[in-house]
Amino acid sequence: MKYQDEYRDPDAARRLADAIARLTTRPWTIMELCGGQTHTILRYGVDQLLPPHVELVHGPGCPVCVTPLELIDASIEIAGRADVIFCSYGDMLRVPGSRDDLLNVKAAGGDVRIVYSPLDCLKIAEENPDRTVVFFAVGFETTAPANAMAVWQASRRQIENFAVVVSHVTVPPAMTAILDSAENRVEGFLAAGHVCTVMGYEEYEPLAARRKVPIVVTGFEPLDLLEGIYRCLCMLEAGRHGVENQYSRVVRREGNTAARQLIHEVFEVADRRWRGLGLIPCSGYRLRHQYQQFDALQRFKLAERHVAEPSDCISGQILQGVKRPSDCPSFGKACTPQHPLGATMVSSEGACAAYFHYGRQTDSEALHAE
Amino acid sequence: MPNERDGRLDARENENTVCPVPRSQYDHVLLGHGSGGKLSADLIQNVFLPHLDTGPVTELEDSATIPCDPRDHQLVMTTDSFVVRPLFFPGGDIGRLAVHGTVNDLAVCGAQPLSLSAAFILEEGTPISDLERIAASMRAACDEAGVQIVTGDTKVVDRGKGDQVFITTTGIGLRPAGLALSIRNARAGDTILASGTLGDHGVAIMSLREGIQFETTVESDTAPLNGLTRTMLRVCPRIRCMRDPTRGGLASTLNELATASRAGVKIDEASIPVRDEVRAACDLLGLDPLYVANEGKLIAVAPAEDAQRLLQAMREHPLGRDSAIIGQVVDEHPGMVTQRSLIGGERIVSMLAGEQLPRIC
Repeated sequence: MKYQDEYRDPDAARRLADAIARLTTRPWTIMELCGGQTHTILRYGVDQLLPPHVELVHGPGCPVCVTPLELIDASIEIAGRADVIFCSYGDMLRVPGSRDDLLNVKAAGGDVRIVYSPLDCLKIAEENPDRTVVFFAVGFETTAPANAMAVWQASRRQIENFAVVVSHVTVPPAMTAILDSAENRVEGFLAAGHVCTVMGYEEYEPLAARRKVPIVVTGFEPLDLLEGIYRCLCMLEAGRHGVENQYSRVVRREGNTAARQLIHEVFEVADRRWRGLGLIPCSGYRLRHQYQQFDALQRFKLAERHVAEPSDCISGQILQGVKRPSDCPSFGKACTPQHPLGATMVSSEGACAAYFHYGRQTDSEALHAE
Repeated sequence: MPNERDGRLDARENENTVCPVPRSQYDHVLLGHGSGGKLSADLIQNVFLPHLDTGPVTELEDSATIPCDPRDHQLVMTTDSFVVRPLFFPGGDIGRLAVHGTVNDLAVCGAQPLSLSAAFILEEGTPISDLERIAASMRAACDEAGVQIVTGDTKVVDRGKGDQVFITTTGIGLRPAGLALSIRNARAGDTILASGTLGDHGVAIMSLREGIQFETTVESDTAPLNGLTRTMLRVCPRIRCMRDPTRGGLASTLNELATASRAGVKIDEASIPVRDEVRAACDLLGLDPLYVANEGKLIAVAPAEDAQRLLQAMREHPLGRDSAIIGQVVDEHPGMVTQRSLIGGERIVSMLAGEQLPRIC
């Protein structure tokens, strides 16, 4: 069995890091958009191989983190019902709403189940015709095709005891929001490889041209990230902008057209509220009219509401790359993965949780005092 | 639930019969099997004793008497409860786990196990054939480890109030009086060794539970380590401590070591043995193999000058073939575990917060 070793090779990593050091003539700030990339950077110490004037800031690409409080609260309310089997991806269960989380609902007797695919929910629905199976359809464009497929199949197979809480967000509007922010420091982006696997990168080209910003579609292994950073810095140093594809072993310019068609069939673009960032226009999906019968919020008559986030949390600034987790006075003190105050501490792929888990809360000098 | 009602009717009828109730009469555990009456006796006689027919347990006294000569030895005791779903998995089952888990807790303390107890909590409706398989497997595991189950107990809970079978085993063992293995003993400069690939058990269970398949099946590593520890202690009596990194995996064990010994621990990702299948499964599920459970591996801390000799001896043992030196105990960052990554970066390996949950994408 051949594995990912060539993307974790220390000599190749060192060569790329040296090339980056030789290339850069001034400070640059690059944002990796995806939480999975943030995770790799901290897990492997990719940032420690970079020259000090190349700064990585961590983007909003953690779907669990940016799922708004009101939808978590609504899900918790639905999951507590005796006539509901509530299904979710695993890492959503621990995310606190304004008072509770889904793990607690499960402990208190709610039927809350972890699934790996929303299609599993259809099977559960068929096996439990007297209960409604509700799936928490969160995520970026990456999970949208599978979630769309579940709704589409439920409609075709007339599985009426199935519904979804839709919390789908999309990457490009968030990039625009970040670039538009008065405090923006981001000069180049590493786009999320898996999002682009589905969507391709055509839609990034006008963004790169309009904002004169380099965007490199980047994978998730340490060498992917180093190469993505290198290619982004090449464009920055040369004063170029545009979209390049580092993750060409997976990503095509047009993406996965069948998956995109399926998304388009089931979902339409809508304004979305992001935890930590607030409302971003046209930044996500909602079910199209002909699939509204699968909307769990409508089925259980849960009204749209807005829940205020804790005011002492700076996750909005962290998600935009304006501040780092260690800049927050609550980090690692009042705010920990067990008791998160905000978006970026809630999932292991959130920047604050990743900093906490990989020990960046401590003075890194202590770590390197050798 | 017609079957259970039928079962109870059968039991009443059978109370008037003379012959022992044939085992085939009951395919599933009934509440009556926990009554302390005839059905309980049948369960013990027909299901457990045929497999555990050695030593004091067959005498069915309220306590077992264990002949031992504790001169120059200390008595060591440990207990552990086992709950696992599914009960049977590639490489083992709950019975093997229950024997090995307790044997290994004794073994890593430097003790050779003398005797085990086994207490079963059975859920009404559990197939009797499963119990027989588990009992047979416990016997095989005992034989492998050279230990006997000398006393036991069974209780039955209502259907829905348990998860088929829970087993608690308690073990006692003898440890040479001079031996003082302790997790507090690690000193800066010591070498840390692992006895083989990490994460196999956790991934075997998880792949089965989640229906993930690989080119090869990942098997649980469940195994009795008392033979390996005996060899290790003979070659290197100065071993500071040994631990079996079960729940919480290597990361939790090393954090406990760093905290208890007030020393730092540095490990090197490139030297930590992890099977490709296990790495792939962990990547897929968003888990870190450092936090995944093992049931047949141990971590040892030894003075650096003994490390190569110890490693050699471990590798010559069938259960230590893939042993490796994985890190050092250091003066810096006391109480903290750090790892040098494959590409040369460094990170802190923290204690696990809650359970590892599979991630979204």
